[in-house]
Amino acid sequence: MATVEPHRVRAGRGTELLLLVLALALGIGAYALVGLGTSGEVPPDVIGYGAGLAGLAVALHLVLRWRAPYADPVILPVTIALNGIGLAMIYRIDFAYELREKANGFAARQLLWTAIAVALAALVLILLRDHRTLRRFTYTAMVVALALLALPLVPGIGKSINGARIWVYFGSVGMQPAEFAKLALAVFFAGYLVTHRDTLALAGSKFLGLQLPRARDLGPILVVWAGSIAVLVFEKDLGTSLLLFGLFVAMLYLATERISWVVIGLLMFVGGAMVAATAFAHVGARFDVWLHALDPDVFDRDPGGSGQVVRGLFGMASGGLFGTGWGEGRPDLVPYAESDFIVPSLGEELGLTGLLAILMLYAVLTQRGMRAAIGVRDGFGKLLAGGLAFVVAWQCFVVVGGVTRLIPLTGLTTPFLAYGGSSLLANWIIVALLLRVSNDARRPAPAARGLRPGEPLPGEVLPGEVLPGEPGDDAADAAPVPVRVPASAASAPQDPQGPDPDDDQPTERIGGLS
Amino acid sequence: MSELTITLLRLGYLALLWVLVLSSIAVLRRDLYGTRITKRRSRRPAPVTAAGPAGTGPSTAPTPVVSPRTARGSQRSARLVVTQGPLTGTIVPLGQSAVVVGRAPGCTLVLDDDYSSSKHARIFPQGGQWYVEDLGSTNGTFVGDEKISGPTPLAPGRSVRVGRSVIELQG
Repeated sequence: MATVEPHRVRAGRGTELLLLVLALALGIGAYALVGLGTSGEVPPDVIGYGAGLAGLAVALHLVLRWRAPYADPVILPVTIALNGIGLAMIYRIDFAYELREKANGFAARQLLWTAIAVALAALVLILLRDHRTLRRFTYTAMVVALALLALPLVPGIGKSINGARIWVYFGSVGMQPAEFAKLALAVFFAGYLVTHRDTLALAGSKFLGLQLPRARDLGPILVVWAGSIAVLVFEKDLGTSLLLFGLFVAMLYLATERISWVVIGLLMFVGGAMVAATAFAHVGARFDVWLHALDPDVFDRDPGGSGQVVRGLFGMASGGLFGTGWGEGRPDLVPYAESDFIVPSLGEELGLTGLLAILMLYAVLTQRGMRAAIGVRDGFGKLLAGGLAFVVAWQCFVVVGGVTRLIPLTGLTTPFLAYGGSSLLANWIIVALLLRVSNDARRPAPAARGLRPGEPLPGEVLPGEVLPGEPGDDAADAAPVPVRVPASAASAPQDPQGPDPDDDQPTERIGGLS
Repeated sequence: MSELTITLLRLGYLALLWVLVLSSIAVLRRDLYGTRITKRRSRRPAPVTAAGPAGTGPSTAPTPVVSPRTARGSQRSARLVVTQGPLTGTIVPLGQSAVVVGRAPGCTLVLDDDYSSSKHARIFPQGGQWYVEDLGSTNGTFVGDEKISGPTPLAPGRSVRVGRSVIELQG
C-alpha cells in the first residue's frame, strides 16, 4: 500500500538565485576566456562587464520577487546563460573582425540591446499583472501582427538586405518587425483558438483515422497559410514564413489535440514551399544549397552559393567533441558568424559537448514554458505559454537544422544567442510572458474549503442535466471562486460556472449491475 | 600561460556549462514526477484507542507506521483507503467535512476510473457517524453488495464501491 501526495510547490526564488550565479559565471567566464584565448590576458574590463551583466540579472530577479514571486525558477537563469554566451561569442567574433580590419562593434551594440531587452522584460512583468489581460487584445493583436508583417513592404522605411525584405529602418536603427509579429500572432492565436477550439476539434468527418475539419472551419488556417506564403513571395523570407506557419499549426494542435491539423498544415506548407522553390530562383537556390552543398558548382556560385553553409560545417567539424576553446578557433571565416551562423561558431569553439549543452538549455527553457502551460488554469494562458515556448523551440530547430543541413537554410535568428536587437527584445518579452504565466501556474490555489453536510457542491452537475452556460467557453475561464448557492437549492443544484470540461458520464457502463 | 592551464580552462568551461544544465534539470525533476509516493505496509482498521501500536495486518509487519495524527490525540481521525481499482493504496484523511468522490478534477478523491461519474458519491459526517450518499451516478454506489438510494450510514471497516474502485472507511 502506498500514499500518494502532491509536492508542495516552492516559490523557488532562492533556487533561482543559485542558478543565476552559475549562469552569470558562464557568461562572465566566457568573456574572460575569450580575452585569454585571443590576446593572452583577461580583458581589463571584465569586472565592469561582469558587474553590468550581474546587475541586469539581479534586477530582473528582484522584479520577480516583487511582482511574480511564484514564477518558474529555471527560466531566468537559462535565459541569462544563453544571452551571456551569445554576448561572449559576438565579442569574440568582433575581435577576429578587428584583426582583419573590418571592425563592427557588434558586441557593444548587443550589450546595449541586452540591457534594453532586460529592462523591457522587467517592464512587462511590472505592468502586466495578469496575462489574461492580453486576451482583450485578441483582434488588436491580429491587426498589429499583420501591420508589422507588412511594414517592410512600405517604401521608404522598408529595406531589402541580402535579398530578403524584412528590415525596417527608422533613421539608422534597423528593426525586423517580424520578430514582434510572432509575439502578436501568438496572442491572437491564443485568444482566437480558446474560443473556437471546439468547432475546430469536434466537427468534421473521419478519413483514414484522421479527423478532418469541416471546410468552413478551414477558413482561418487558409488565411494564415496565405499570409505566410505572401511573406514568402513578397518579402522573400523563407524563415519568417516557416516560423509563422509553424506557430499556427502548433497552436492549433495544442488547442484541439487533433493530429490532422499537423498533417494538413505540413502538407500545405510542403506544397507551398515546393511551388515557391520552382517559381522563385532564390528559394530554389536554397534547396540546391541544401541538397548539393558540396558540389563545386553550388559552392562557388555567387550569390546563393553554399560557401557559408559548408564553411559552417567545417567550422563545427574542426571543433570536434570538445571544441577549440574560446578564442582559439576561426569562426569569423563564416559569413554572418555573429548572427545567422552563431551556432556553428559556438560549435567550433565549444565543440559538440558545448553545443549540446546549449541545446539542452533551450530544451529546458521550452519544457518550462510547456510546464507553465500545463499548470496554468485558464485556457488562454495555456495556449499562450504553449505557443511561446513552441516558438523558441521551433526557431532553434529551424536555425540549427539549417546550419547542420537537416533542412534548407533559412534566415532566422537563434533566440538570445544571435546578434540582433529585434530578436533580443522579442525573445526577452517572450521570457517575461512565460514567467508571468508560470507565476500563475505555480501559485498555490486558494485553500479548498470543506463542505458541510447538505451544502451544495460547487459546480455540481448531475448527469443528464442540461448545462447552462456558453458551450464554447472554458469553465476554467470563469471566476475561480465558486459562487455559493443557497442551501435550499441543494436538491436542484445549479451550475453558475458553466459546464465542467469533462463530460459527466462515465465512459464505461457496468452492464449487469444496474 | 601553460598549455595545460588553457586545456583545463577549456574543459572546465564545458563542465560548468553542463553543471548549469544538470542543476536546472535537478530543479525540474521535482515537478516532473509531481507526486511523492510513500510505500508502506498495509494496515487493518485499528482499534479506536490509538495508544500503543495499532493492530498489524495479516502480514508479519512488526511495527506499523504511526502517523503523527495517531500519536497526537486520543481521537483518531478516520480516513478513506482505496482498496481496489486503479488508485489502490491512496489514502484520504477525513476531517470534519464531506468528501466528494468522482472523476472530476474538483473532487476530493479523483478516481481515474472509467466506470465512475464525475461527481459520483459524497461521504459526509453527521452526528458522529459517517454517511455515504450517491450523487446520481450512472453506475450507482454500493455499500457492501447493496446499491444505495439515499444517505446510508457507513461504519468503519465497511467498503463502498464506486465504479471499479472500492473505498474503505477506516478509523
